[in-house]
Amino acid sequence: MPHWVTIAVSILFDGLAYAMFLFITSVGLSVTMGLMGFVNLAHGAFAMAGGYIVVSLTRSLGIDFVPSLLISAVIVAVASVPFERGLYRRLYKSTDLEQVLLTIGLAFMAIAAFTYFYGPIPKSVPLPHWLEGDVNLGFRSFPTYRAFLILIGAILITILWYAFERTNIGAKIRAAVDNRRMAESVGINVDRLFTLTFALGSGLAALGGGFAIQLFGLTPYFAVLYLVLFLIVVAVGGLGSLKGTLLAALVIGIIDTGGKYMFPQAGNFFIYAITVIVLLIKPAGFYGRE
Amino acid sequence: MAVSEPATAEETARTRAAEYLLRRHYFRWPEVLPWLIAVACFFVFPDRMTFGSQVLIMIMFALSLDLILGYAGIITLGHAAFFGLGAYTVALASLKLGWSEPISGVLAAGVVAGLIGIVAGWFILRYRGLTLLMLTIAFGAMLQEAGNIRSDVTGGYDGMPGLTFDPVLGHFQYDLYGHTSYWYALAVLAVVFFFVRRIVYSPFGQALTGIRENVRRMHSIGSPVHRRLVTVYAISAAIAGMAGALFTQTNAYVTLTVFDFDASAKVMVMLILGGTGRLYGAFVGAAVYMIFEDKLSKLSPTFWQFGIGLLLVLAVLFARRGLLGVAETAWRKIVKRSAP
Amino acid sequence: MIAALEVKGLNRSFGGLHVARDVGLTLEKGARHALIGPNGAGKTTLVNLITGVLKPSSGQVMLNGDDITGWSQADRARRGLARTFQINQLFRGLTVLENLCMTIGERDGNCNNMWRSAGAKRAVIDEALDHLQALRLIDDALKLVRELPYGRQRLVEIAMALAQRPRVLLLDEPAAGVPSSETHLILDVIAGLDPDIAVLIIEHDMDVVFRFAREITVLVQGAVFTMGTPEEIRHNEKVREVYLGQEQHHD
Repeated sequence: MPHWVTIAVSILFDGLAYAMFLFITSVGLSVTMGLMGFVNLAHGAFAMAGGYIVVSLTRSLGIDFVPSLLISAVIVAVASVPFERGLYRRLYKSTDLEQVLLTIGLAFMAIAAFTYFYGPIPKSVPLPHWLEGDVNLGFRSFPTYRAFLILIGAILITILWYAFERTNIGAKIRAAVDNRRMAESVGINVDRLFTLTFALGSGLAALGGGFAIQLFGLTPYFAVLYLVLFLIVVAVGGLGSLKGTLLAALVIGIIDTGGKYMFPQAGNFFIYAITVIVLLIKPAGFYGRE
Repeated sequence: MAVSEPATAEETARTRAAEYLLRRHYFRWPEVLPWLIAVACFFVFPDRMTFGSQVLIMIMFALSLDLILGYAGIITLGHAAFFGLGAYTVALASLKLGWSEPISGVLAAGVVAGLIGIVAGWFILRYRGLTLLMLTIAFGAMLQEAGNIRSDVTGGYDGMPGLTFDPVLGHFQYDLYGHTSYWYALAVLAVVFFFVRRIVYSPFGQALTGIRENVRRMHSIGSPVHRRLVTVYAISAAIAGMAGALFTQTNAYVTLTVFDFDASAKVMVMLILGGTGRLYGAFVGAAVYMIFEDKLSKLSPTFWQFGIGLLLVLAVLFARRGLLGVAETAWRKIVKRSAP
Repeated sequence: MIAALEVKGLNRSFGGLHVARDVGLTLEKGARHALIGPNGAGKTTLVNLITGVLKPSSGQVMLNGDDITGWSQADRARRGLARTFQINQLFRGLTVLENLCMTIGERDGNCNNMWRSAGAKRAVIDEALDHLQALRLIDDALKLVRELPYGRQRLVEIAMALAQRPRVLLLDEPAAGVPSSETHLILDVIAGLDPDIAVLIIEHDMDVVFRFAREITVLVQGAVFTMGTPEEIRHNEKVREVYLGQEQHHD
C-alpha cells in the first residue's frame, strides 16, 4: 500500500475517534443551548467531573472501566438536575453576559474543588485487557480503545437519531428548539423537557469525559481547556442540531488530527481558522437557524 | 422684553432640563480620588512599585474593555489579542528595528492594534451572541498559535527576555524599584483616561449607549450602527494595545501568554467586579482583583480560584452592577436616611 | 407629482407562510392613510418591509421617487422615513430629553462628534425641548423613560419619530396599550401633525380610522383586499364581512 494511503487512513481513523469524543461531549451543549438559549460554560466541568468519577470508581472501588463509564454518566446526569432547577432556571431570562459569568464562575469553582480532592497531576485509568492493544480489521490493525470509542459513538448516534426523529419526545424537543413559544402554546411542557435534555446532555458529557482520560489525560483544567473546543463544535454545527454537531465534530476532528500530524507546530491553528471561516460565511453554523 | 418678567413654568422646566445636559460632563469631586490614591501609593508603598505599575496597566486594559463591553455592549472573550499585539509590536520594534524610544513605541503599538481592530471589527461586528463570542475567542487564539508557529521570531512561550528601552523622555532611567515605570504608566493612563472620558460624554458616547440599550431603535432613527461599533472597537483595541506596550516596556520581557484566553477572561472578571459602564469600575475592579490575587493566590492558588468563581456566581445573583454599583446603592441609602 | 411613498408588488414569505402578496400602496405628500385588517393580516410586516427591517423577495419601495428597496434601515431613516413601533422601543435607561437628543443627534450628524460633550450643542437641546413642549412632555424631560406611565412613554415614542423631521411617517397602532383615559393625548397629536407629512397609520379602532383617514387600505392575509375613501369602505359589504365584524367602538 502506498505510504500516503497509510497515513491518510491513520488520520481518518484517529480523526474519527476524536470526532466521536467531540460529538458525545458536545451534543448535550448544542441541544440545551438551542432549546433554552442558555450559554452554559460549565459544560466542560461536567465532562471533567465524569472523568474523575470514573477514576475513583475504577481505582478506589475496583469497578471495571466500561461499567464505570455508565455509572459515572448516570451520577452526573442525576446530579445536574438540582443545578438546573435551583440555579440555571433563575437565569433563563438574563442577558448572555450574566449567563457567561455565572457558568464560568461555576467552572472555576469546580476546577478548584477537583484540584483540592484529586490534585493537579494527570490521572489515568486501568483499562480491561480487551481494550488494550490493537484489533485487526482485516486490511490493517487499529488501536482497540479508539475503535471501541468509534463503535460506541456510532451506536449513540443511531440511538439519538432515532430518539430525535422517531419518538414523541424527540418531536417535542425539535418543536421547542424551533419555536419555543408555539410549542408551549400547544401544551408542551418546555421546562420539564429542558431538565430532561439538560440531564441527558450532562450525562453524555460525563461519558465523553470518561473516554477522554486515556486519549488526552485528565486534569482539572480539562474543564476550561476543552470548553473552547466544545463551544466551537456547537457554534460551527449550529445550535440545537444533531446533524450539525455531528458534521462539525467530524470536520474539526479530522482536520485537526490531519493538521497536527502534518504541521505539528501549528497546534490548534486549523481549528480556529475553520471556526472563523465557517462563522463568517454561515454565522448560525452548518445547520443553525438564522 | 421686560427684564423683570417672571419666567413661566414651562420656561423654568426648559432651562432646568438644558442645564442638566450642559453640566453632565463636568468633573465631580470624587473623580479626583483614584488619582490621589495612585499618587499616595507611591509614598506609602515605595517598595511595591513594580506591582503598582502592573495594576495601572491592568486598569488601562480594563478601561479599554469597558468602552466596548460597558458602553457599547459587545461581549468579547478575545480582547487579550490586542493587548498582545501591542506588547509584541514594541518588543519586535526594539529587537528587530532597534526602535526603543518608549513613548513613540506605545503610540505605534496603539496604531497597530487599532488598525487591526478596524479590520477584525469590520468583519466580526456584523454578528451578535454566541457567533460573535466564538469569533473573538478564535481570533485571539489564532494570533497566539500564529505566534507559536513563528516562535523563531516571537520567542514562543519562552518569550523574549532582555529587551531594553530608552529612558522616558530621554531623561528618566528605569530603576530596579520600578519608580520610573510607575510614574510613566500613571502618566500614560491619565492621558488615555482623559480621551476616553471625553468620548464617553460626547454625542458619540451617547450613541454607543443607545446601541447597547436598544439597537432596533438606533437603526430606525438612522444611526450607522455598524460603523459606530467598528469605530469604538478600534479605539478600544488601540488602548488595549498601548496597555500591552507598557507591559513589555515595564517588564522588559514578553511571552505568548499575553494572548491567553485566561487573560481575556481575567480582564472581564476585573471589569465586572468593579462595575461596567462607569469608567471608574475599571479602576476599582482591576485594583481590587490584583491586590487580592497577589495576597491570596500565594497562600493557596486553589482557594483563590474557588473564591473568584464563587465571587462571580454571587455577583451575578446579587450584585450585578459590581462593587461601584453596590457602593452607589449604599451611598444613596445613607443619603436618604440622613435627609430630614 | 412624485408620490411621497410608493410600494409596488411587494412579496415576502417565511418558510411556507406567505406574509405579503403583491402588495401595492401609494402615499401622496400630506396623505392621511389608514391600514386596517384582521389580526395577522400582515400590517406590521408591511411596515417592516417598507422600513427595511425585512427584505422583500420581490417588489419595490420608492421614497420620494428614489428606489430604496435595497437600502438599509438607517439610510431610509436619513431620507425622511420614520416609524413608531407597536410596542415602545425607547432607551428606557435614559431620560426623555436624552432620548430626543439622541434622535436629533443621529439625524444631523451630531453623534459623529467624539470630542465635545453631549450637551455642548445648544441647538440640539433646544430642538429637543421644542418637540417635548409641543407634546406637553416638558415636565417629564429629566425623568427616566422607564419611570413614565405607558401612555406618556407612547407620546415619547411619537415625539422621537417626529424629531426625525420625517417626510413619511408610519405609525403602528399608536394608541395600543394606552389607557383609555389617555388616548385623547395621542389622538390630539395625530390630528395636529404637520400637513406636509405623509402619514400611514395602522389602527384597529374604527372611530379613530374614520376620523383621521382620507384613504383606507384593507389588508387580509398579506394581500390588499380593497382600497378606498372612508365612505366607500364603510359601505363595502365584503369589508364588513371580512373585518368590520370585529370592529371596536369607544362608546
